[in-house]
Amino acid sequence: MSENRQKKTVSKEHEAYLRQLKIYKYKVLGTQIFLLISIIILWETAGRLGWIDTFITSQPSRIWKTLVNLSQEGTLYYHTGITVMETIVGFISGTILGTLIAIFLWWSNFAAQVLDPYLVILNALPKVALGPIIIVWVGNGIPAIIAMALLVSLIVTIIGVYSGFAQVDPEKIKLLKTFGATKLQILQKAILPASVPTIISALKINVGLSWVGVIVGEFLVSKAGLGYLIVYGGQVFKLDLVMTSVIILSIAAALMYKAVVFLEQLFLKWR
Amino acid sequence: MKAQPIVAIKNISMKYQSPEGEIAALENVSLDIAEGEFISIVGPSGCGKSTLLNIIAGLITPSAGEVKIKNQVVNGPTGMVGYMPQRDQLFEWRNIWKNVILGLEIQKKLTEENLQFAEQLLKNYGLVEFKHKFPSQLSGGMRQRVALIRTLATKPDILLLDEAFSALDYQTRLVVSDEVKQILVKEHKTAILVTHDLAEAISMADRVVVFTSRPGTVKNIYTIKLTCASKTPLGCREAPEFREYFNKIWKELGVRV
Repeated sequence: MSENRQKKTVSKEHEAYLRQLKIYKYKVLGTQIFLLISIIILWETAGRLGWIDTFITSQPSRIWKTLVNLSQEGTLYYHTGITVMETIVGFISGTILGTLIAIFLWWSNFAAQVLDPYLVILNALPKVALGPIIIVWVGNGIPAIIAMALLVSLIVTIIGVYSGFAQVDPEKIKLLKTFGATKLQILQKAILPASVPTIISALKINVGLSWVGVIVGEFLVSKAGLGYLIVYGGQVFKLDLVMTSVIILSIAAALMYKAVVFLEQLFLKWR
Repeated sequence: MKAQPIVAIKNISMKYQSPEGEIAALENVSLDIAEGEFISIVGPSGCGKSTLLNIIAGLITPSAGEVKIKNQVVNGPTGMVGYMPQRDQLFEWRNIWKNVILGLEIQKKLTEENLQFAEQLLKNYGLVEFKHKFPSQLSGGMRQRVALIRTLATKPDILLLDEAFSALDYQTRLVVSDEVKQILVKEHKTAILVTHDLAEAISMADRVVVFTSRPGTVKNIYTIKLTCASKTPLGCREAPEFREYFNKIWKELGVRV
């Protein structure tokens, strides 16, 4: 429909306006790319000309070399794969478990009131502090790291999704009740579908939080993963390795965030 | 007119409990409503009009008294009552068709016959080509019509309109209330409208029930007889008697600002 409208009303002024809009967009994009390239060039030349000590700052060319080496050895995919897997399992299980607990709280107002102070305290607590406890309980490996990622996102999910449930228009619930709906039907037909946007925004937040959980977890226990590479590289003063890992990490995090945004558009086409 | 009433409200009282104390919302309300009748309830804010609708719908149990629909005591939601909320309350994530069959889905009555009936309603009221659109793509008036069809699809005997038009802008409101009234007449439905809009109440109803302020009781009942050719609410506003009713009920309400 909007296409039709555009075709019909393209006046000269509108055309000019659209062109201007496009030019502005390209300007922003161009500057973004320029900024990135300038930083890389500046970093590289500063290293070559000895303005900075590449032993502690590394250098784009050395990062590239490290990247190629790691990739040839196959360790790049191994470590990245482990970290990505841990993160995905962490944030998906955090979102699902958090939503399930939120459903339970919605179902029982009594439980919600009883658990309220506990949730408040757990939310305020930096979950990273529980790391050592998790290691002792779950063991020294991938399960501990996933538990860490889950824990970091769980409480936020519960609180966010539960408050999303509470925001569903009571008139909608009343309408369903006049049709004779049961509590389960109210959950199925109104509460859950109305909360899909809330759950997806929880998912978005959890992607970021799970990365925190996973990397901290890997710092603490692991023998593999990007977090491990960063810690290892730091300990043996291989800054090339640290920088390379951080760059891969940021690319992986960005891609995962984009994937969730794509998912959001898929689910919310009615908007 | 002394046939068996379809809705018999008998000595209803309602008290709400709260930590601050008791609030008496309704006191000894009795009202008989005949089949096919359109009743408007007007009264000051907080006089318990909506409470009465909730009791008729079986959503809350009165502190005293009882409501009988078709001679059956109401003690919980029945399929006999359809409810029209203040805003259309269409479910934005469902398309129009899915919205229309929501009630049938809840009541597990998705039979071929009922689905055809729903489809027919959409056809009759000019919405069938919007079946696969989402509510956000429809105008306010169309959305309200969809909401009405959603209610009618479950074939209720009585419709409760809880300020059903108050969220619409004035012009849309006039048109939509006209449409709704015509649809209800055509489908032979009994309807109870709660409203703040006196003109709307008078133009749509067979009888206007005036409530006192809290605790709400029936203060007076006006049987509305308007001489107008068109028989539509909008046309009936032109009737000579309209002003008289309006002034009388206005005085009765004794609005002081």
